[in-house]
Parts: sequence; structure tokens; C-alpha cells
Amino acid sequence: MTIEDIQNEIIDEFSMFEDWEERYQYMIDLGKDLPIINDEYKTDSNIIKGCQSKVWVHAELNNDKIEFTADSDAIITKGIIAILIRVFNNQHPKDIIEANTDFIDKIGLKEHLSPTRANGLVSMIKQLKLYAIAYQTQIK
Amino acid sequence: MLDVSKIRADFPILSRQVNNKPLVYFDNAATSQTPEVVIDTIVDYYSNYNANIHRGVHTLSQEATDKYEIARQKIQAHFNAKFSHEIIFTSGTTHSINLVANGFSALLKAGDEIIVSALEHHSNIVPWQMLCERTGAILKVIPMNQEGELIMETYDKLLSNKTKLVFVNHISNALGTINPIEYIIEKAHAVGAAVLIDGAQSCPHIKPDVQALDVDFYVASAHKVCGPTGVGMLYGKEAWLNKLPPYQGGGEMIAEVSFEKTTYADLPHKFEAGTPNICGGIAFGAALDYMNAIGFDNIATYENELLAYATEKLSTIEGLKIYGTAKHKTSVISFNLEGIHPYDVGTILDKLGIAVRTGHHCAQPIMDFFCIPGTIRASFAFYNTKEEIDILVAGVKKAKMMLS
Ligand SMILES: Cc1ncc(COP(=O)(O)O)c(C=O)c1O
Repeated sequence: MTIEDIQNEIIDEFSMFEDWEERYQYMIDLGKDLPIINDEYKTDSNIIKGCQSKVWVHAELNNDKIEFTADSDAIITKGIIAILIRVFNNQHPKDIIEANTDFIDKIGLKEHLSPTRANGLVSMIKQLKLYAIAYQTQIK
Repeated sequence: MLDVSKIRADFPILSRQVNNKPLVYFDNAATSQTPEVVIDTIVDYYSNYNANIHRGVHTLSQEATDKYEIARQKIQAHFNAKFSHEIIFTSGTTHSINLVANGFSALLKAGDEIIVSALEHHSNIVPWQMLCERTGAILKVIPMNQEGELIMETYDKLLSNKTKLVFVNHISNALGTINPIEYIIEKAHAVGAAVLIDGAQSCPHIKPDVQALDVDFYVASAHKVCGPTGVGMLYGKEAWLNKLPPYQGGGEMIAEVSFEKTTYADLPHKFEAGTPNICGGIAFGAALDYMNAIGFDNIATYENELLAYATEKLSTIEGLKIYGTAKHKTSVISFNLEGIHPYDVGTILDKLGIAVRTGHHCAQPIMDFFCIPGTIRASFAFYNTKEEIDILVAGVKKAKMMLS
């Protein structure tokens, strides 16, 4: 599936929820299923800055596609990073770099998009894209 | 006795909704809300007599100057300072602390010692670290115990004739501990050291008497006592303020200027370079008037009731741990739910319209002491109610259910 397909799938899933509580409960559940990062990559240099909770992300290139793993010490943050990884996992760096992330708004998580927001969703997106930029140069 | 519903009506913001729920504002230790009289004072200033002070001969300037100086006198009276020129307007507690720390660079030499407490706001440790770097002075720290109380036996041992300055907050922002500042001041004076007390967290609850305390410097922010942001004060004993060099150069702080030599203005202007936050200073005075009319004894009695009620109710939640259980504390409860990140709880509470603070509360060393990433902090003011505490307790239970 393309990044856009996955985003649309997520929008569909979230559209079934009536209120914030169901949305958050779903996000918390997604957090529990996050592909957990190997302990060896849970280093200070893999921490995404700008989050009140800690977020670690690791990226590897396999067959020209990026595989992401991550973890966080806060469960809602884990849910947010899980959504992002579901969108970007096993995609070409180029597609990741070019992807827009308007879907966040459409699933009712717009409040997390503000750059001053303590969970650093913006920093997470930026970091995932930075990985993509770094790997893009390796492919060429 | 407080008439809380009448008091609540004084605060327009308390009737707003957040996420479609009535706002429950429990982040008072970060910033207090603003009553209508203070808002009116701000509007009145900009509507009727906005002008630069101490300079113009015209009427507006005179009026603004008079009101600003009257505000200084109100602050003087509130803190019971001997002279109004012992009250310096600043942009807030942080500015006041930096002003004193900077002044002491001229008075300290290598090997002198400064004592601070383990309970400090970490941004307030930085000015002293910078001071030590500049002068070669040494920073010593009064440790705390598991209850979050400073250990006075260790403080006694840290003091010596090398101690030049002691810096302690009156009340800890992270835990609410009321520190024994009378004892701290007396012991410091016995070895000839000056004492600076950070009153940012005490002034919303207590009316300090700087002469009775015999404290050398006392600092506070208006925005924690129902005033506006960006204004605060430094009290300093006249003799100390005369001894400290000016902090910033600029207009207002000089008597005469030539390229050969400038003579500094008298107190308080020596420390008030540039155009100050005139409106803020006047509104600070109005805020103190408002709180004094309610009465600090009434405020303390009521807030203690809220604290006891909230402590009891929150303690019934299984897996909830309260940090900071000092015998003497104000209406601040720092807590965590076992196995749950404070950020997650704060996010759910926000969805329920409840404003609490999560994180390390600028007190990283305290969090390290307890080996936690942070806490959820609910801090109560005299306009909060037991019903709101019930909403918090229900919210915490809900968060626990959703998150575990
Ligand atoms: C104990 C203490 N000191 C200093 C400050 C800083 O005050 P301001 O930001 O108004 O300068 C705070 C504010 O949170 C505080 O709680």
C-alpha cells in the first residue's frame, strides 16, 4: 500500500469513533502493538527531542525501504508514534520525504500538531523524514 | 470564611469551557488567574493614562508616575518593607534573582561559598552556577529527605565564615514544602552571610513580613498572586541595595551622564533601567489589594482545607503515590499513578477540562532524587472548590482505567 492508502485506511478507522475517548482508547491500544525497538538502539542519541515523554526511534534500510522501530515511556505518545510508523514503515525514502501529513488533522489529533505541544508530534515527523533523507543519499 | 462562589464570579476565565467541559484550573502554582478588578486596572491604564513615567511634565505622565509609585508603596506595605525604595520592580522572580546574583559577582572572591537548597526551581540554580564560574566561589547544596523537607542538620554543617550568601525558596514549587526560612536566615546571619528568599510560591498563600523575617532579599512574581505576567519585585534591605552595583545600564538608572563618568540614580531607580512594565506594576498593586481584601488568613485556612480534602480523596486511589509529604506544606499535590507516565495522565485530564501540570516542574534534581521522570501536579487556589477536586479525582480514576 502507498503512504496515502494507509493514511486513508487510518482516517476510515478513526471516523468510526464517536468521541475523544474512543479515539484515545484506540491510540492507546495501537501504542501497545508498536514494533518495539531493540534495546541496543534505545540510546540517548536515538531520543527525539522536544517530547515531555521519551521517544526512541530506530530506522534501517532493507531493499531500499525503511523499517522503523520505536518506543516511548508514555503510552499515548507510543500510540502517536505507532500511527506514524504504520504510515511510513516499509516505504521508499523518497515517498516518505514527499509525504504530507494532513491526515493527522483528519483523525482528530490536530491539537497534537502544534509545534509547542509537549509530545512533540512535529519533532517525530521531522525525525522520521530526516532518517528518510539520510537513507535516500545511500540509495543513489 | 470565604464566599467562594462570590470569589469565583470575580474571575471571568473560570466560567469558560475547555474541550466542552467546565474548566477546572489546578495549575495555580504555575500562574494564578486574574480577577476582573486587575483586568479593569489594565484596561483603565491603556484607556486613560498610558504614558512614560518619571520623565514628562505633562499630565498623563504625572498620573502614570503617581499610580506606579503608589503601586510600589502598596507592595512595600504588603511586605512590610521599611522604605518604598527597597522595592525594585523587575520582570519577575527570575529577573530579581539574576539581579542579585549579578550584583554579588562584584562582592565575591574565589573560595567564598554560596548555599542553595536541593528543592530549587532549576532555572534558579543556573544564576548561582554562573556566579560561581565568574568569581570562583563554590556552590553547596542543602539536601532533602524522603518527605521533601530540607535537612537542617546538614545546613548547619555547611555554614561557615566562608558562606557569603544563602538562597532558598520559601515554598517549593514542585512539592509544596514550606521551608523553615526563619531558622535558615538566623543561622546564616550568625556567620555573616546574606539571605535571598525566593517567594514566588509563598506569596500566593502567605503574607511575608520582611522586617520580622530580617531577610536581606526577598523576590516574587505578580503572575502568581492574581497579577499580570512579566512583572515582579525584588525587596532588598537598603544597605544591601546600596552595596550592589547596578545590573543593567540605561535610561532611568542614571543621575548624570557624561563620557567621562556617569553617576547612578538613587534607589530604587538605580536598578530600574529603561521603561518598565508600568501597567504591570500598577496591576500588581491592584492584585495585592484584591488578595488583601480577601485576607491571607482566610486564604490559608481555606486552601489548607482543600489540600486536606484532595490528599484524602486522591489517597484512596490504588497505586497513586504522593511526592512531598512534608509536615508543613501548601496546597500543592505532586503525584503519580504506578506504572503510568505523568504525561499520559495530564493528556487525559486535559480532555476532561482539568488543567494540571505534568513533567519535572523545572525541578529536575528533585525528580532525580525520587527517580521519576516527573509528576502530575495539582495546585489549588482560594477560588477552587471541593467539587472541582471531586472532578479531578474522577478524572484520575478514568485516566487510570484508560491507561492501564
Ligand atoms: C519557586 C519558583 N521560583 C521562581 C519561579 C520563576 O518565576 P518567573 O517565571 O515568574 O520569573 C517560579 C515559577 O514557576 C517558581 O515556582
